Amino acid sequence: MVLADADFMIHGVFKYTLFGQELYITTTHVAMFIVTILILIVMICAHHKMKHAEQIPGTFQNIIEMYVQTIDNMVATIMGRNARRFVNYICTVFMFILFCNLSGLLGLRPPTADYGVTLPLGLITFALVQGCGIAKNKGKHFTNLAKPVPLLLPINVIGEIAVPLSLSLRLFGNIMSGTVMMGLIYGLLPIFFKLGIPSVLHIYFDIFSGAIQTYVFCMLTMVYINDKIADE
Amino acid sequence: MLIESKALVLACSAIGAGLAMIAGLGPGIGQGIAAGHAAAAVGRNPGAKSDITSTMLLGQAVAETTGLYGFAVAIILLFANPLIGKL
Repeated sequence: MVLADADFMIHGVFKYTLFGQELYITTTHVAMFIVTILILIVMICAHHKMKHAEQIPGTFQNIIEMYVQTIDNMVATIMGRNARRFVNYICTVFMFILFCNLSGLLGLRPPTADYGVTLPLGLITFALVQGCGIAKNKGKHFTNLAKPVPLLLPINVIGEIAVPLSLSLRLFGNIMSGTVMMGLIYGLLPIFFKLGIPSVLHIYFDIFSGAIQTYVFCMLTMVYINDKIADE
Repeated sequence: MLIESKALVLACSAIGAGLAMIAGLGPGIGQGIAAGHAAAAVGRNPGAKSDITSTMLLGQAVAETTGLYGFAVAIILLFANPLIGKL
C-alpha cells in the first residue's frame, strides 16, 4: 500500500478476556471517555455559574444561555405543545453528538465514526418513537400499520424499522467519510505541510459537517416523535 | 501468468468499491436542486430566511442518505471484505 501511514481505522488499545471471549478497549472507548469527561467538566462549570447568575451576563454565562435558548426554540417550533416533555432528551443528545463530532479537532478519532456508537443512538430514538406511539394511541398504534389497506402492512413495518437504520447510517457515514478523507490527506502530505493545509479541511469536515449532522439527527428525532404524538 | 484467486477477488472488490461511489451522483443533483429552490424562495421572501434554511438542510440531509449507503458498501468492500472469507 502506498499510503502506509494513512491511519483512520479503529484500533484496540487494551485486550482483556471476558467469558472466554477476547475483547478490546478500542480507540472509540478512549475517545468517548475523554468526551464524556469534557462534557462533565463543562456542565459542572455551567451549573456552578448559573447558581450565581449575574444580572449582566459574562461570556460563559452568555454562551450557556444562548445554547439553552437555541435548543428550546428549535424544539418548540417542531413540537409545539409537547416541547417541554422532550427538550431535556434532545438537549442531551445534541450535546453528546456535537462534542463527539468536534473531538476530531483534538486529534481523537471521533466516536461517532464507529457504527457501534451511532446504532444505539438510533435505537434509542426508535424505542422513544414506538413508546410514544403506544402511550398515545394504545392498541391503535399497531392497527394503524395496516392502514389505509391491509396490503400495505409489510411496507409500513419496513418503514418503521428503517428509521433507526437510516438515522444511524446517516450520522456514521458523514463522520466516517470525513475521518477517511482526513486520514488519507494526512497520509498523503509530506510532514512539512501537515501543519497548515489540513486545518481548512478540519473546519469543513469536523466543524461544519459535524454541526450540521448533529442538527439533522436531533431534527429528525423530533420529527419522527412528533409524527406519533401530534393531535390529528 | 496465472492470477491467484485471492488477488482476483481483491481487485474486483476495489473496482466494485469505485463503482459503488457512483451513488454519489444522485444526492449531488438532489442537493443542488434543493439549494437552488431554497435560494429562489429566499429571493421571493427574504423574511423567512431562517425557516427556509432549516427546511433545506433537513431535506438535503435526507437526500444524502442514499449516497451514504453507497459509501457504506464501498467501505465494507475495502476494509471488511466479506468475499475473501468465501474462498
